[in-house]
Amino acid sequence: MIKETRVLLANADDPKLRTLEGYRSYGGYKALEKAYREMEVDELLRELDESGLRGRGGAGFPTGKKASFLPRGDMAKYLCCNADESEPGAFKDRELMQKNPHQLIEGIAVTALAAGAKHAFIFIRGEYDQQADILDEAVAEAYEAGYLGKDILGSKWDLELVVHRGAGAYICGEETALLDALEGKRGNPRLKPPFPAVQGLYGGPTLINNVETLSNVPHIVNNGAEWFKSLGTEQSPGTKVVSISGCVQRPGNYEVELGLPIRSLIWDLAGGPLPGRQIKAFYPGGSSSPVLTPDDLDRPYSFESMAEAGSMLGSGSIIVADDTISIPHMALRTARFYRHESCGKCTPCREGTSWTVKMLERVVRGEATPMDLDIIASVQSNIMGRCLCVLGDAMAMPVSSMVNKFREEFEEVIASAAAEGLTSEPHEVVQSPLAVEVANG
Amino acid sequence: MSDQFPEFPALPVDIALTEGRYPESEAEQIPELHEVDCPDDLREQIEALMARYPEKNSASIPALWAVQRRYGWCTPEGIRQAAAVMRVTPAYLESVASFYDLLRTEPAGEHQVLVCTNISCWMRGGDEMLDAFCEAAGCDREAAGHGGAISEDGKVFVSGFECLGACDLAPMASINERYYGPLEPADAAEAVRQLREGEPVLEEKGLWHRRLAGDSSAGDDS
Repeated sequence: MIKETRVLLANADDPKLRTLEGYRSYGGYKALEKAYREMEVDELLRELDESGLRGRGGAGFPTGKKASFLPRGDMAKYLCCNADESEPGAFKDRELMQKNPHQLIEGIAVTALAAGAKHAFIFIRGEYDQQADILDEAVAEAYEAGYLGKDILGSKWDLELVVHRGAGAYICGEETALLDALEGKRGNPRLKPPFPAVQGLYGGPTLINNVETLSNVPHIVNNGAEWFKSLGTEQSPGTKVVSISGCVQRPGNYEVELGLPIRSLIWDLAGGPLPGRQIKAFYPGGSSSPVLTPDDLDRPYSFESMAEAGSMLGSGSIIVADDTISIPHMALRTARFYRHESCGKCTPCREGTSWTVKMLERVVRGEATPMDLDIIASVQSNIMGRCLCVLGDAMAMPVSSMVNKFREEFEEVIASAAAEGLTSEPHEVVQSPLAVEVANG
Repeated sequence: MSDQFPEFPALPVDIALTEGRYPESEAEQIPELHEVDCPDDLREQIEALMARYPEKNSASIPALWAVQRRYGWCTPEGIRQAAAVMRVTPAYLESVASFYDLLRTEPAGEHQVLVCTNISCWMRGGDEMLDAFCEAAGCDREAAGHGGAISEDGKVFVSGFECLGACDLAPMASINERYYGPLEPADAAEAVRQLREGEPVLEEKGLWHRRLAGDSSAGDDS
């Protein structure tokens, strides 16, 4: 029986923790004081680098390395906290901001010092209105206490922190789309390079980190890189807040050391599947990760092990599907989400998501032929790696994994829907020019 | 620098994509303040928002939020008022408003109910919750599933919505920007009645009451 290891979520259920006073009573803002009073920037960067902390937003890029990409010297640099958590299955940042806003603010202040940024922003998704209010209050308290603003703790260092509410667009979680949204535009991703570390917000070097990543920073500064590395695995050090949802008894956020078997996360923490049900598939890292099957349940939950399994840890969100869930319908639900959220800038994504939805609708209505499944798979491979950002890939990866691993079920659904003449909604039969083209090779 | 982050300091951002969207490019279209009859408090609010950012245009989304909070949705007049204060074209603000799901460019009801129908909620009855809210409010189910529908009395706007980031509450809904769950179909009628009568909504189901999942007493191992 495994247990949680709470670092970021320690004392999270104490409502006092939301206030500056309560946060300080648990040792809060010690890292900020240490960093601003005693540490050199190089020392901070080294500590972050040596800790091996990897970004918790999805890509898993080493945080210290990312911070070191920013050019040195006196210029306008920016730090953006990505709190646009919108991936289906992910809800860890919401919990972290709601229950412990000062931990994030402290992490931002310390990281801004390391990056040389005098302006920081928390880009929070518009739907998280209550969490934005909580952050606003906490930021005001931190200004009042002198942890933000001019000449922080007599260090001559200034930092302005603004909580910026988005307005409902998944794409704004993509770092360059986030920058466009923060500049007041439609949230379209930018061409990379230049990367944000070189040319980001307002054209200045910009560091962008996820809420959970930044929330880890005060603990690393307080306890040292060695302590951090003692948690988790060699390549995935530290703890991770794992969001478990779907067909389990106790969905929720659980903080664990990376590297524990997935089976124990689902059974010991989330209570296992609902009574009398069997697990059929699961997304290990949010809806954009390729699905895995019960054969993968004994793999350790870490960045490297999920990559080895052909999937990814992503934002650390496990969505469990049991034997009552129809995989083709789940694929359709997934594809519809990405169709809705595609910004429309790149053709493979805009058209690919749209046609994938149409083809999957044919599957669940019984109008498709097994050959359509090959076409679906080929459309997915024509999306991947062909757009400015990875939103299209984020649909292509799970959908193609479902078609590959559950092809028989897709064929059964087509056959049974056709047999029943199941036409639940009025619709037009669509002929895809793309499909014809693909079929003709 | 690693292979993943090659250094390209001299490359400009894509000019074709940015210049065409410059919000001040057609100065003659920017309305003057005296032409738009902007209420003083809204003007002050937007000016304060602009002052928070190194560049004023960053305030476009917050300014549109301010317009929506005041008028219920981003009305053409409201957009012109914000544009006059921000010194940008109304077309630019409209282009921003139309991009984001939460900014409404059409009338919306007095109260908003967003029902999550994405994967985790769908697995636990999200579609049935949307059915229940539509029935309780008297909204068209088909329209609610495709962008939203307003009840006949104009009080309640119900919309199926993409993942709201609360899969632990599944099935859940965001009612007037606060999260509630896990819900049962019977909760929908109760919530709609409370909204219509101006009462607090589903108080016991609010997200803020919720402890960490590992601490909840429901567990057999706790």
